[in-house]
Amino acid sequence: MIVAEQKPIDEIKGYLADHKRVLVLGCGTCVTVCLAGGEREVATLASILRLSGNLEVKENTIERQCDVEFFDAVKEQAASCEAILSMACGVGVQMAAKVFPEMPVYPALNTMFCGTNDGAGQWSENCLACGDCKLGIFGGVCPVTRCSKSLLNGPCGGSVDGKCEVDPKNIECGWQLIYDRLKTLGKLDVLAENFPPRDWSKTHNGGPRRLSREDVAGL
Amino acid sequence: MVKYELKSGSNLERVLAAGKFAVTAELGPPKSADLDLIKKKVELLKGWVDAVNITDNQTGIVRLSSIATGKLILDMGLEPIIQMTCRDRNRISMQSDILGAYLLGVRNILCLTGDHQCFGDHPAAKHVFDLDSVQLIQMVKNMRDKKVFASGGEIRNSKKAEIKEPRMFIGGAANPFADPFEFRVIRLQKKVNAGIDFVQTQCIYDMGRFGKWIEQVRDRGLHEKCKILAGVTPLKSVRMAEYMRDKVAGVRIPDAVIQRLASAEDPKAESTNICLEQIEQLRQMEGVAGVHIMAIEWEEKVPEIVERAGLKNK
Repeated sequence: MIVAEQKPIDEIKGYLADHKRVLVLGCGTCVTVCLAGGEREVATLASILRLSGNLEVKENTIERQCDVEFFDAVKEQAASCEAILSMACGVGVQMAAKVFPEMPVYPALNTMFCGTNDGAGQWSENCLACGDCKLGIFGGVCPVTRCSKSLLNGPCGGSVDGKCEVDPKNIECGWQLIYDRLKTLGKLDVLAENFPPRDWSKTHNGGPRRLSREDVAGL
Repeated sequence: MVKYELKSGSNLERVLAAGKFAVTAELGPPKSADLDLIKKKVELLKGWVDAVNITDNQTGIVRLSSIATGKLILDMGLEPIIQMTCRDRNRISMQSDILGAYLLGVRNILCLTGDHQCFGDHPAAKHVFDLDSVQLIQMVKNMRDKKVFASGGEIRNSKKAEIKEPRMFIGGAANPFADPFEFRVIRLQKKVNAGIDFVQTQCIYDMGRFGKWIEQVRDRGLHEKCKILAGVTPLKSVRMAEYMRDKVAGVRIPDAVIQRLASAEDPKAESTNICLEQIEQLRQMEGVAGVHIMAIEWEEKVPEIVERAGLKNK
């Protein structure tokens, strides 16, 4: 899922300083699951904003802010407000801005990463959406994301006791994980292979990416 | 016997090709445009070592460019090994700099991944890591031997122009003390396959572990494919030893070494003695072709170590 966290309240209030009526709009998908921008968080943030000044706050949560169709349900409500405070990820915020071209739309969250839930209140990054997945080679552990330097021929000299030099307390060495997995799978010979430089044009380095699929167009 | 054809013609390459025990040292460029500091360090090292590593913004702290420093020390009569990390430059910039370094007279390059910028004075910087060290080695090797850029295009100014490729003596680093241990020799193998001519190791204190590593290196015959320079660093004080043990990832210092320093009447002198004993032990090991003395901010120690180790004027 896309993992996000709420912005500092002062930053949010700063955006809303010049407005009198605002719609706090949650998203029912990723940010609901990661407890950052679902119905519950919308209610909490709306209450905080109401208590903190002369702001009229309306609230709602739609199923997905990354799909235009779900906005129909809040169009009227939005029209009665001066601004939208979106509690979606950055994708949802941009879609809201597109759906309401005349209205200011502000983000309430910082979008962090594509990651997993690792237990109560714990999430970690697993995928950089690089557009050229090599997980099949590296035992299901991504070197581009899980190695702090995105090495394809790692680990570097900073891997000690399974930890990454960047933050030995909190970051596991991605290459130690790859090594352990390949060892378990009996595929350590993969590590002897020299992997050539990546084609970064498949990532954002090639500009904002688009996907067009004829097979589903017009469905 | 087939005559060895020099790849770069650097002094370091000649020394190693002649089978002599090579000595390299390290020179960290100043954190300012301070030419006098470079001159001072060159005066200390000149005549004592075969070549000197010029670090490339090590630990992510901004310093004078390694190539510029390399050119300066070359003019002062000392041979540079310019370090190049993958942290700050992409393949376009690296190849451009390699061409430039070559024309400035640089003939040795040490290809490194690079310390993460979080350790330096600009932790908010964007890192690059377009390539990793293995891929950088391959790129420099292809530039020299296949005379092509990473794109596959020939190194010539136009279709009709002559190919003029940069010819570098290519080095890499090896850290026998990082994990997973079993992978360390595989990683060296990858660097050999990519095309390194020499390797310098992380500083060695744990002789037992280094011994096991060099045994694996010999088992694979890697010491015959690249020259291995064993890294040593004299420990200036107990505090420095503890700092390196605790804070520098991939450095292992056995307690016995620290205790010996702590109980010495003159820790600095004892530190030199320890370093000399290490060099002597390393020289005895098959597969060790030289020593890389990293006297961190202690360059004045290098002449004494080289002299007492009997490595001057080989």
